[in-house]
Amino acid sequence: MSTPFAAAVLSSSVLSGTSLLYATLGELVGERAGIVNLGLEGIMLIGAAMGFAVTAYAGNPYVGVAAAGFACLAANLIFGFIVIERRANQLAAGLTLMFFGFGASALIGRPFIGTVISGLPRMRVPGLGAFDALVWLAVPTSLLLWWLLFRTRWGLALRAVGEDPAAAFAAGQKPDLLQFQALAVAGLLGGIGGAHLSVGLTQTWDEGMTAGRGFIAIALVIFAKWNPLWAVAGALVFGGAEALQLQLQARGADVSPFLMTMVPYVLTLLVLLFWGWNRRSAAPAALGRNFFGVE
Amino acid sequence: MQRELVLALCGPAAVAASAARRRVPRAILVALVALAVFAVVLLVDGKDPLRAYRDTLIYVFGNTYGFSELLVRITPLLMTSIAVALPSRLGLINVGGEGQLYMGAWLATAGALGFPDLPSWLLLPLMTALGFTGGALWALLPGLMRAAKLVNETISTLLLNYIAPLIVSFFIFGPWRSAESASYPQSPAFVDAARLPNLTGTRIHLGLMFGLICLVLYGLALNRTRWGLAMRAIGGNAEASLRLGIPVSSYIVAVMAMAGGIAGIAGMAEVSAIQGRLVAELSPGYGFMGFLVAWLAGGNALGILVMAFLFAVVSSVGDILQITQGVPYAVVNLLMAVVLFIVLGQRGPMRSGR
Repeated sequence: MSTPFAAAVLSSSVLSGTSLLYATLGELVGERAGIVNLGLEGIMLIGAAMGFAVTAYAGNPYVGVAAAGFACLAANLIFGFIVIERRANQLAAGLTLMFFGFGASALIGRPFIGTVISGLPRMRVPGLGAFDALVWLAVPTSLLLWWLLFRTRWGLALRAVGEDPAAAFAAGQKPDLLQFQALAVAGLLGGIGGAHLSVGLTQTWDEGMTAGRGFIAIALVIFAKWNPLWAVAGALVFGGAEALQLQLQARGADVSPFLMTMVPYVLTLLVLLFWGWNRRSAAPAALGRNFFGVE
Repeated sequence: MQRELVLALCGPAAVAASAARRRVPRAILVALVALAVFAVVLLVDGKDPLRAYRDTLIYVFGNTYGFSELLVRITPLLMTSIAVALPSRLGLINVGGEGQLYMGAWLATAGALGFPDLPSWLLLPLMTALGFTGGALWALLPGLMRAAKLVNETISTLLLNYIAPLIVSFFIFGPWRSAESASYPQSPAFVDAARLPNLTGTRIHLGLMFGLICLVLYGLALNRTRWGLAMRAIGGNAEASLRLGIPVSSYIVAVMAMAGGIAGIAGMAEVSAIQGRLVAELSPGYGFMGFLVAWLAGGNALGILVMAFLFAVVSSVGDILQITQGVPYAVVNLLMAVVLFIVLGQRGPMRSGR
């Protein structure tokens, strides 16, 4: 293995890890407020389709990414209405959101299959490599979220809702409002993650192109112990699995592409198998439960 | 005494079941509202929803062939929804029907390609058993991981969905690649003995019987056997059931495997009766649709039949839209999601306070 190969794998893992990181951070904020969103896969798809469509239409990738973020924010608020206002089962509502994303993204992206766009421009920093703005912003975003969650009153209130909404309510917080806010942030980040996939990484739109990244991101939240800083490490490892496979394929390695495509999923399962359950103690205590108010 | 305690634990499940029965007629109303919402979406996209709905009605109910195609579609849906409904009695969420279907198809294909000389009366049961085994093994994994308290079954079944089609692709691009179709990767055609018999003139096949038998067995097992009682007890309160001496872990593993096996039979029926060979595009999301069917039916056997019928019609809308108006089939997921959002958004008696 030559040095260029290692360098290519590394820069490629940073690139493919970025969309995962944004999605993971989004899910993490939602889960800190006590809401599991299994619809992240659908959110990412909407983000990818919307980002691509608007980029192709407006000719500006940043406008595309912003549109993706806000479209997914809106979609997440629909989900929020169902699970917070209507107190539906979060897992079922999340899967419904996934279906919603499958359908909506297919509809949005349909006219743009095969369209060529000029995606996010990559900026070269000597010694580090050439990455687009979203890549450069990924780690600062994690730091910002860590600060918001663990060093601000808002973050404290948000986490309190995730641990025990009744106690947070008794302490004068508004659990519903905080959960909506968390889901708005989650949607924004999930949309940006999806958009980075289509506008930054592949610069194409393909139906179902997220290929399970949303679910991998949900697993990464567990791996990251609901901490934004650990999420960076997790996203890099999984981006690395994908990058290694792409680089091996590009170099014509004699391994079936199908077997290599399995690697991230198998890796996710293995990670959950070895680190999943004993991390549950780190999970927000009221995760996945509905708060019915104090009647 | 133990039986009474178990029955007491079943209280919540019984309430849920009766609520589900009331919801079945209401489903029609929900479907109408969802169709209206979906129509607006199509209108915004510049398509003609009324034409699509009319085309669907004419196609599905206008002649026997269209209706028979509906039954063809219901067949796998029945089995994939039982694969969801069965574990849901234990409080388990199996979202892996899609992967289990693929693995069932895969192992059944191994049987069909491996023993082409067997007579039909031997080969078909063998393939059915292999289909069951393939799906069961694929669900056994999440079952074991859940029973051992290692990985939540929702996320593991979801991830396994992505691996199963890759295994199928690996085989049809590699070891099983048919020589005569170089451009389109698929396995060699099955011998006639490996094909499930069809109803003359249609594509309705013996798989429909499998599905109906599974459904009847599911209903009976759940309501008339001690296993069903124990399952409902575990679903009501796993901790208390364990203390009553119900082997909860064994139930989790066995029920997951059973559920996966049933989805696997659906896969076997698809390759054996419909495709006649293993192909990559085996299912237009039957596994996922099965989840919605089972959820909307509240696990009720009759409800599953009604909902499978409704979803078969919905999925025909997707086909019609694709054929006549060039809308991608995946858009039909939007219609399904709207249905579910409406149902979930209702404040039902099931979701009363703590």
